[in-house]
Amino acid sequence: MLTFTVRRLLYGVLLLFVIVTIAYLLLYAAAGDVGRTILGPTATQATVTLKDQQLGLNSPLITRYFSWLGHALTGNFGSSWFTNQPVTTAILTRLQVTLTLVFGAVIVSAALSAVLGVWAALRGGWVDRIIQVFSVLGFAVPGFLIAVFLVRIFALELHWFKPTGYVPITYYFGGWVRTVTLPIIALSIGLVAGVAQQVRSSVIDALRQDWVRTLRSRGVSERSVLFKHVLRNAGGPALSVLALSFVGLLGGAVIIEEVFGIPGLGQVAVLATSEGDVPLVMGLVVAIGVIVILVNLVIDLLQGFLNPKARIS
Amino acid sequence: MTEAAVSTGVLAPDVTSDMRAARSHLARRFLKNPLGIAALSVLVLIVLAAICAPLLTSYNPNAVSVLSILQGPGAGHLLGTDGAGRDVWSQLLYGARYTLAGALLATVVAAVFGIASGLVAGYYGRWFESAASWVTTLLMALPGIVVLLAARAVLGPSLWTVMIIFGVLLVPAFYRLVFAAVSGVRNELFIDAARVSGVSDLRIIARHILTVVRAPIILQASIVFGIAIAVQVGLDFLGFGDQSIPTWGNMLNDGFTNLYRDPQLVIWPGLAVVITGVALTLFANALRDELEQSAHPSRRRRAAAATAAAATAAATTGDPVRPENDTIIHAEPSSSAPAPLLLHIEGLAVGYPQPDGSVTRVVDNVSLDVRRGEVHGLIGESGSGKTQTAWSVLRLLPAGGEILEGSICLDGEDLSRVSSAEMRDIRGGRIAYIPQEPMSNLDPSFTIGSQLTEPMRTKLGVSKTEAKARALKLLGQVGIPNPERTFASYPHELSGGMAQRVLIAGAVSCEPDLIIADEPTTALDVTIQAEILDLLRELQHELGVTILIVTHNFGVVADLCDRVSVMQKGRIVETGPARAIFADPQHPYTRSLFDAILDESQARGPYAESRA
Repeated sequence: MLTFTVRRLLYGVLLLFVIVTIAYLLLYAAAGDVGRTILGPTATQATVTLKDQQLGLNSPLITRYFSWLGHALTGNFGSSWFTNQPVTTAILTRLQVTLTLVFGAVIVSAALSAVLGVWAALRGGWVDRIIQVFSVLGFAVPGFLIAVFLVRIFALELHWFKPTGYVPITYYFGGWVRTVTLPIIALSIGLVAGVAQQVRSSVIDALRQDWVRTLRSRGVSERSVLFKHVLRNAGGPALSVLALSFVGLLGGAVIIEEVFGIPGLGQVAVLATSEGDVPLVMGLVVAIGVIVILVNLVIDLLQGFLNPKARIS
Repeated sequence: MTEAAVSTGVLAPDVTSDMRAARSHLARRFLKNPLGIAALSVLVLIVLAAICAPLLTSYNPNAVSVLSILQGPGAGHLLGTDGAGRDVWSQLLYGARYTLAGALLATVVAAVFGIASGLVAGYYGRWFESAASWVTTLLMALPGIVVLLAARAVLGPSLWTVMIIFGVLLVPAFYRLVFAAVSGVRNELFIDAARVSGVSDLRIIARHILTVVRAPIILQASIVFGIAIAVQVGLDFLGFGDQSIPTWGNMLNDGFTNLYRDPQLVIWPGLAVVITGVALTLFANALRDELEQSAHPSRRRRAAAATAAAATAAATTGDPVRPENDTIIHAEPSSSAPAPLLLHIEGLAVGYPQPDGSVTRVVDNVSLDVRRGEVHGLIGESGSGKTQTAWSVLRLLPAGGEILEGSICLDGEDLSRVSSAEMRDIRGGRIAYIPQEPMSNLDPSFTIGSQLTEPMRTKLGVSKTEAKARALKLLGQVGIPNPERTFASYPHELSGGMAQRVLIAGAVSCEPDLIIADEPTTALDVTIQAEILDLLRELQHELGVTILIVTHNFGVVADLCDRVSVMQKGRIVETGPARAIFADPQHPYTRSLFDAILDESQARGPYAESRA
């Protein structure tokens, strides 16, 4: 188990290294006249040259890359070109906001799709059909359109929730709930549609297995057959779908944060990429890479817990 | 539909594995799927509207007019005008052109690169395969939106550039599909044959491999197309797109800024996106349904149907139906007084209601007596209804099966009438079950120990440690060499014979009166078969338990049974002491079963076929 974890982790680090390297080289190759971009067209050539020097842009790209990598390994990702704020600070403060949304959406989706999927599988009939229709809609309608719709009804008409902004949970819980609920719903719907479908078909498949009959023949209670045995066996495939959707969820959060005006990584992404703030973009690449790797590791471990056959490899 | 859907929508590779035979029928069957046809028609209409845009409107979608800002529908402008006085209907039509063309571009890029690399990696393998799988993992770890935002910052907000880059990000969707399909067929005999007969690699790929993945590629393309629309509309909606061209996303952006002044402006492009998205999803779903049906025509349903069909065929087409009283009953040996009845089945009928309202009867008017302490063989060929009879006693018929008539009395209590809660008490405690296929009858996710102790704890109410002690003892009793180790093992770590021993231990664990063993040796190797029969005989002697053993093999009956009932076409044709029937089989069917053991080669054929 330990070697498995270590191997997955090393593989992840290698992957992150490749992504970071490619991103660094591409971004700097495309960055153009950095000093001029920062100081604007009115600055004199002398100040522009000075700025480039300050930023260390005169040394060769490879030298700069290794120097950045060295600093990055110690947790120092430099400072934003435009605000001078350290990249680590800029990202960490917003990271928790985005993670709140994304993990909120994952938890809500997992719970909701388990309930809906099992319900559809067991009841069949009209319950199943309604959940199928919901799945098609949830899959086909983009999250931001749902967001617009939710804002319109629940924020602007009913005033149940805030249309924009974010209140940290540590600051005021009620305010936090009123700001994160709609974004989390908007993020979750597409995910629920996909995962509930998977749960439904895995549960139907598991219920047809021979061992279900044998468990019943032993007088095991229906509740245990369903919630202990069938659900655990159906959990693996559903988890895979959830895991594969996670990267997309981070992307979806960028758009949803824009719609709701939430100061998360999405805003950093939009701002940093449109300004060409390369250190900040690099910080973003690293942050997202680390999250993706860690989440995949956790999912692999969970898979091993659910499915003993996956533990050997 | 975010890009998350790429992965969720990706076809399981096994779907593609076996659809060669059915592919020619796929298109025809798809055309019979009403939902698929409706979705396809909507898509065609949308595309036609985009192509014929100049015929459907006379307005220039970009013509700004300060004089006609935010006009309502009607009066010259079919759907009114937007915040800059542009005609909404014409924007919608021309927007469809750009939006759909952009999504098409992304899909084509993804498909071309994905299919090409998938074919090469799957067909030639080696270093290209490892490189490609690395790149795939890499691409799938990138959040598309962030990459697109960065690309837009560097390369400018061109719709086409953004869609080409997004297409590259979506390459894995096609690569994985094609790779899985190709590496699946690469080593098949017909490919080898083609290669040996000198067909060039290119022709093999085009003729034999591409045809296999054609339908899944169309399915994947429709999913990818939908995702590309969603992402592109999303970017434009946020204002990151090319504002100089009409797209649905730009319209949404304009509508969102004027949300308070004219909510309609969001509705039209929103509807366009939703309708297109739903149509694409339904099209994909319909195609997937048809594909999955041809890939594995629902194995279990088919198996159930086959059993039922065999039984009906037997019941309807066979000899003239014999009335129940035609059962040939051999006399009991007069020397010993008969033991009391434990199980008394009277006039049992089991059926499966069909969608058309009729009921397929698989067991009809079966009467069967099992005496306490005996081993009773229920013998007959596949489809004769013996397993259905056994399952009825447990009240564990497959979904849709019902006990139509008759009674099943266990110690005088009619099991066909007790509530399902009472039945749950009876199962495990008084009746136990040993299945046919040991490997598929253990829950793969739990240890042997937990599966053995769970029923004991609920049935006998013993503590966890007590249950474990009992389980270890049982495992020893059924001849498992290292009970501690097996207790902690998972089913996949056991051999078939071991698993069957574990299942037998499970069956006797709660001290039942009656064990129903459904072909307990059929799935095992011949040497193991003998060991399991020995084990059953020993346990029966030790515990004095009654066993109803379902089998198609007179060898098993000779080895184990005190009395036998011969079942054919859903009814019992001959019953009596095993000795008497062996000495003097009366019914022609019983005789033919005897002939079958005497002449192995004859018996093997049909059984192997119907059991597979």
